[in-house]
Amino acid sequence: MRLFVSEGAPGSLPVLAAAGRAQGRAELLISTVGPEECVVPFLTRPKVPVLQLDSGNYLFSTSAICRYFFLLSGWEQDDLTNQWLEWEATELQPALSAALYYLVVQGKKGEDVLGPVRRALTHIDHSLSRRSCPFLAGETESLADIVLWGALYPLLQDPSYLPEELGALHSWFQTLSSQEPCQRAAETVLKQQGVLALRPYLQKQPQPSSLEGRLVSNEPEEEELATLSEEEIAVAVAAWEKGLESLPPLRPQQNPVLPVAGERNVLITSALPYVNNVPHLGNIIGCVLSADVFARYSRLRQWNTLYLCGTDEYGTATETKAMEEGLTPQEICDKYHVIHADIYRWFNISFDFFGRTTTPQQTKITQDIFQRLLARGFVLQDTVEQLRCEHCARFLADRFVEGVCPFCGYEEARGDQCDKCGKLINAIELKKPQCKVCRSCPVVKSSQHLFLDLPKLSQTSSVLLCYQLAARVEEWLEKTLPGSDWTANARFIIRSWLRDGLKPRCITRDLKWGTPVPLEGFEDKVFYVWFDATIGYLSITANYTDQWEKWWKNPEQVNLYQFMAKDNVPFHGIVFPSSALGAEDNYTLVSHLIATEYLNYEDGKFSKSRGVGVFGDMAQDTGIPADIWRFYLLYIRPEGQDSAFSWTDMLFKNNSELLNNLGNFINRAGMFVSKFFGGFVPEMVLTSDDQRLLTHITLELQHYHQLLEKVRIRDALRSILTISRHGNQYIQVNEPWKRIKGGEADRQRAGTVTGLAVNIAALLSVMLQPYMPTVSATIQAQLQLPPPACSILPTNFLCTLPAGHQIGTVSPLFQKLENDQIESLKQRFSGGQAKASPKTAAGLTTAGPQQIQALTEEVTKQGNIVRELKAQKADKNQIAAEVAKLLDLKKQLALAEGKPLETSKGKKKK
Amino acid sequence: MAAAAELTLLEKSLGLSKGNKYSAQGERQIPVLQTNNGPSLTGLTTIAAHLVKQANKEYLLGSTAEEKAVVQQWLEYRVTRVDGHSSKDDIHTVLKDLNSYLEDKVYLTGYNFTLADILLYYGLHRFIPRSLDV
Repeated sequence: MRLFVSEGAPGSLPVLAAAGRAQGRAELLISTVGPEECVVPFLTRPKVPVLQLDSGNYLFSTSAICRYFFLLSGWEQDDLTNQWLEWEATELQPALSAALYYLVVQGKKGEDVLGPVRRALTHIDHSLSRRSCPFLAGETESLADIVLWGALYPLLQDPSYLPEELGALHSWFQTLSSQEPCQRAAETVLKQQGVLALRPYLQKQPQPSSLEGRLVSNEPEEEELATLSEEEIAVAVAAWEKGLESLPPLRPQQNPVLPVAGERNVLITSALPYVNNVPHLGNIIGCVLSADVFARYSRLRQWNTLYLCGTDEYGTATETKAMEEGLTPQEICDKYHVIHADIYRWFNISFDFFGRTTTPQQTKITQDIFQRLLARGFVLQDTVEQLRCEHCARFLADRFVEGVCPFCGYEEARGDQCDKCGKLINAIELKKPQCKVCRSCPVVKSSQHLFLDLPKLSQTSSVLLCYQLAARVEEWLEKTLPGSDWTANARFIIRSWLRDGLKPRCITRDLKWGTPVPLEGFEDKVFYVWFDATIGYLSITANYTDQWEKWWKNPEQVNLYQFMAKDNVPFHGIVFPSSALGAEDNYTLVSHLIATEYLNYEDGKFSKSRGVGVFGDMAQDTGIPADIWRFYLLYIRPEGQDSAFSWTDMLFKNNSELLNNLGNFINRAGMFVSKFFGGFVPEMVLTSDDQRLLTHITLELQHYHQLLEKVRIRDALRSILTISRHGNQYIQVNEPWKRIKGGEADRQRAGTVTGLAVNIAALLSVMLQPYMPTVSATIQAQLQLPPPACSILPTNFLCTLPAGHQIGTVSPLFQKLENDQIESLKQRFSGGQAKASPKTAAGLTTAGPQQIQALTEEVTKQGNIVRELKAQKADKNQIAAEVAKLLDLKKQLALAEGKPLETSKGKKKK
Repeated sequence: MAAAAELTLLEKSLGLSKGNKYSAQGERQIPVLQTNNGPSLTGLTTIAAHLVKQANKEYLLGSTAEEKAVVQQWLEYRVTRVDGHSSKDDIHTVLKDLNSYLEDKVYLTGYNFTLADILLYYGLHRFIPRSLDV
């Protein structure tokens, strides 16, 4: 038989890979033809690849050719493979040819290319992760995998078109790409040129018809329901029926929390915020809020969990701030530590302990680690040239010096960088340097400093026993990284550090505000913050419990999760592990390093000095509840790529996802129980449709677990919203409010639908707990959910509100955000915020007392109108309209007074 | 003809007694079959091949490797080229190509009647002028 191919024809990829698989079964001759050559006599249009069989017949479909090769090697056809191949031909190919056309022929990039195929990629990913099979049609690689891999390879071999959140697709694709027949096919077709190798062929093809917008829709991914097997349904229904009984007993609360042998012990830290800055929303989502979601989730799983954080207090910046504010460094720390603690309390961050680094424990542990490193020969001394102000009698840190830029002559260049030309400066190179404090001219003096000897070479005598730190760290990383949940950016940063080679790191500074260096000749110096800041986690634990070593010198039993923004990765992933490994004291090292990208504000960056963006202490003055902030920040969590906070988007997400989707569903479910069944959960007789819904929800719950176990916080939030969408749809289709008025059978149906819906609401309240703890508690109080069900999230959907259970009073959960309100907030935070705006006067508008007075009067007047209408038993719609006006006025008043918005009571929704 | 109706017709012609129920998915109304002993199946040709096996008429899917691949090729042709909102030109090309392919053949695989003939027949039905529709 003869295979006809053409240079750059994408169909050659799967065909050659499949031929490679079935090698030796048949003699295959390959002929290369031009892209416009008609090989098949009966086809009007040119088509490659084509396989001419010995019978003279032609196979002109890529999938059919691959299928033929597989059939020859003894493979048998099955339904699932047929389904994948039909999907590939009808759904994937149109989308993919559009994407490739944009990319290769039109030279577009990014979302323009990814947009058309995103849905298809997500579909594959979901199918893989739902079935938790490594391959599309089962446990072994088969026809469907080769055909889809071949179709996708030209696009996905560029990692920027393989969305990171699609983890299952990612590993499936990598597995296939590393197999020999696939590798060889890729080399033959793409010739190391990547996707551009397809250009000569694709240019000659007509524009794909899918470009006309018929098949390629950019609407958000339709939540496709997975296909269910009878077995899955049976398992889900059995679990549901067991109900509350199947919950494990609640873990007793320990104080202090200590690791327990044989249990999953989870130690969680979030990067220590630097004390003298008020954190902005980006800092909050990057560390404490992300870690909080995981800590709350971990507790819901009944894992033995300890979550710690604290303020990082030592260093030059604190000294500077103290000078500015005329306080001592200690006073500055005391003042700002409280500000931090208050902000995190307001955001409902569930620390087991929130400590600080300026404690005796910090000194003790840091000095101990240092002594051990010194004793093992990992510390070396060297001389550093530095500027010293004789007048102030101290060495000047870079930010304490100003002078003329040696490159551009700018007069006010800083010691580390010139603001004008942007070049990095070594402070001793500044012309006419000045001490920023006393304005006298510093002199260059040399100063002795200590270095952590990372690339230690085995030349000195004592070192034969202990090989270099860098090698130890590398070895440890090689052991730790595979199979762990380190985020991709963290792996990347670590790899590039290792690739560039580790250099000695200076660990001392000529400062006063720091941990003293316990070495003769270094009495005037302290440890550089990056050396001892990460030791802060240990000392904070030591301040929490004197048995801190059970957590920190216990790598066998403790799973350490560290959360941070990506700029902190080297210190947690390389520098601290080096010190800890060099100290040879069996320290617990990070198992999972979870780093976020950056959060921007609207179109730019957060800036304290320009007053741009929302900072932690201001969020509470907006009148928007903490849980709404948490929800939106987690919804846009910079997971995998930078993201941006946008007021308009926040309004939209609040009104669409929270109010109309989640809130509406939970409220309706509860209201039906109250209104139609006197507050008692009705009897449920599940039909097969109900069982299927129940199974879909179980699967989505399991998906949520899979995601959170991998710390994919943003994606797991989508699962919650998906379930409530299913719930809304279920109510909408079954119309219990109509059936309740019908005959016996209809009323029973209304009962079942209401009962199942309110149980879904109960499940959602627990799934929501890591994200929106206050809303979660409100729902649980409204539904009177039994205590064990509130604190444990099992992997199955259980009936936690059985027939006869009495619920409490149901009321709406969320408040609509209005355009005016959001516009004025946007204005307020867009820059030039008055630094000293006192909290009490934090009205959204510049509402004066007269305005408040006027609004108060209007509210009273409108209140009377409503009361009168009600007394007259006026038309419902008329009353509703007047009530709406009243609520609006009340809200305006609340905003003018700077009060938090209350959730309106008694607003009923069907 | 809606896909569900077509599949019901196929069931009859295969002699399957128990009628399945089909739902439709998405904009293109792709048929979905919920089976008793396995996951549901999506797609016209996938379900059709499944029904053939259910009726123990595997020969309709082809006997040799070559035949099997040819049958699947024309099934794919049916859902990609014949279905969908093709332009007049497209349909003209499809009919012309099929005509030239069938010049020396009785059925799509040569001499054996297969599922490809059934589904292609159903698919083309709406394009064939009444005068030819015997």
